[in-house]
Amino acid sequence: MRMLVAGKRTSERYLPEKDMQACGLFGVMNVAGERFGGEMAISAMVNMKCRGNGLGGGFAVYGLYPEYKDYYALHIMFERSCPQAKEQVDEFLTAHFHVVYDEEIPTDMRANVVNPPLVWRYFVAPRHQEEEGLAADEFVVEKVMFINTQVEGAYVFSSGKNMGVFKGVGFPEEIAEFFMLDRLYKGYIWTAHSRFPTNTPGWWGGAHPFSILDWTVVHNGEISSYGTNRRYLEMFGYYCTLYTDTEVMAYAVDLLMRRQGLPIEVVAKIFAPPMWDLIAHMDEDRRRLYSTLRMVYAPLLINGPFTVIVAHHNEMFGLTDRIRLRPITAAAAGDYVFLSSEEGAIRAVAPPLDLVWTPPGGEPVVARLHSRDHLASLARAV
Amino acid sequence: MAVKCARRGLRDMFLGDVRPLAQIRSHLQLNGWEAEIDARGLVHKELNDLIREAALGGARKIVLYNVSGQRYIGTRLFLPQKVEIHVHSVPGNDLGAFLAGHRIIVHGNAQDGVGNTMDDGEIIVHGRAGDIVAMSMRGGKIFIRDSVGYRAAIHMKEYTGKVPVLVIGGTAQDFFGEYMAGGIVIMLGLNLKPGERHHAHYIGTGMHGGVIYLRGEVAPYQLGKEVGILEPNEEDQKVLEKYVGEFAAHFGLEAGEILKDRFIKLLPVSKRPYGRIYAY
Repeated sequence: MRMLVAGKRTSERYLPEKDMQACGLFGVMNVAGERFGGEMAISAMVNMKCRGNGLGGGFAVYGLYPEYKDYYALHIMFERSCPQAKEQVDEFLTAHFHVVYDEEIPTDMRANVVNPPLVWRYFVAPRHQEEEGLAADEFVVEKVMFINTQVEGAYVFSSGKNMGVFKGVGFPEEIAEFFMLDRLYKGYIWTAHSRFPTNTPGWWGGAHPFSILDWTVVHNGEISSYGTNRRYLEMFGYYCTLYTDTEVMAYAVDLLMRRQGLPIEVVAKIFAPPMWDLIAHMDEDRRRLYSTLRMVYAPLLINGPFTVIVAHHNEMFGLTDRIRLRPITAAAAGDYVFLSSEEGAIRAVAPPLDLVWTPPGGEPVVARLHSRDHLASLARAV
Repeated sequence: MAVKCARRGLRDMFLGDVRPLAQIRSHLQLNGWEAEIDARGLVHKELNDLIREAALGGARKIVLYNVSGQRYIGTRLFLPQKVEIHVHSVPGNDLGAFLAGHRIIVHGNAQDGVGNTMDDGEIIVHGRAGDIVAMSMRGGKIFIRDSVGYRAAIHMKEYTGKVPVLVIGGTAQDFFGEYMAGGIVIMLGLNLKPGERHHAHYIGTGMHGGVIYLRGEVAPYQLGKEVGILEPNEEDQKVLEKYVGEFAAHFGLEAGEILKDRFIKLLPVSKRPYGRIYAY
């Protein structure tokens, strides 16, 4: 990928916002691929209301646009204070994409949200991508980075196929009401976030989930390695523009999983590697593997307390930092797999559960379409 | 106020939705010594208001139904009369925080922070519990039937005659007994398979008081640098008989079967492991 010269957001070397305290996370997937409404995700966030403070809520939905599933769905936010932003983006998109359909994302203005921006969706296919010598995904990432860094007042919420991110400032159930999620949409994965930012006021682009292509991340915690991670990702053309540490996580999974093709089981050990003194007690094969990963990918070790729920097409996984400074609970009921900050929220919304478990820190719970892979994390769980 | 707060985007997620007692009293049924509370739709302060109302109204047994994550259950009951609270089924974080001598029985799993800074009383969990069980606990007893998460017994403490007790039927995740300053912790490993070691690493890291008894295997590298392994003596045997006996009685198990296996005893090697780091 070519390097962009960051304009709007130059490479500032400071951490403008930390996301700390006790954000609430929830994810639910139907591993048979059946699509369902947002009620479970929304009610779970209401159940965990005291984990957020109304300064950010959001949802990622997969299987969202089956009628446009072959096109990249761009959810783009335009700040009301920058009236020229949409015109610039429209012009840019028309130049680089075939825009097959676009519209304002329908909203209910009666919802109790703060300073809502204009949010638009575009269904697009890359144009002239061969001439630029890029694969379609690379092409899209580069154009998203261009909009995020060069167009004042425009930010891309999500840019994957058959999925989308809805987020903003408010409690999650208010964001859901604003975008009418329970009435309009269905998906086979829903992830949700309730935010508790403490250092600066929340803003619409800074709400979770964070996304690039169809990768989304919701995060509870604080990435204290943000500076290191961010500088490393810049070498690969990823620019952090959204003023929140979680953004690095979305770009890191795109780099490792999509571009480098690593499975999540390996990526988990890059983000949350075992301690050196535990590696010393492993058998020869594992010792070599984990030592190699720690050395090769040291700049992508995610330090600090975190729990994340990451999703992309066909897959959802939860992961905590290696000493579990933030909580996670997994559960299964029939074809549904749940991940949540609290067990109570799962039980409040789910059918009767078959299993509830919590793996050790650094061990991912991976839910995959048409598989029972999530059960692999049971082995050392409590 | 509400309008002003909404405009700024800042709202009180703890007290913003709390209704006065008069509006939620229908959730409480008080029949002499017994009370029932339907917790469905109640936020945690409302639920605790009703528990307090029931206790003040004369109830000695309070049964909570449809609990789903409400926090701090059983706190704020600094009353001379002691009550027994039955929770169905998932209490929220900090169950029994600062508990003042009451008994809480959970019919299912518990979340994080069970018995946080608990002062006296009993918590009995018929299931598993999350992270930081018995954090800073200073008195009373906690019995967990299954396993627990990270940092169980972190900074438990004791003073003269006031010695807290934590008994765990299963195993624990890492940093078990971290920074323990006092108290008695017993972990039984009842759900481990034959030959399977306890899961926790860094057991007793920073420990400088109290005692841990372990039944089941651990490798030396699973222990923190601040603990040493000893064989239980006769005094220890009495302690084990007493509290394993109580544990077995709560969960319908045979104490003798559990006690006949080998236990090890972990004690801190120093009362002040980090004295040299922070002292000048």
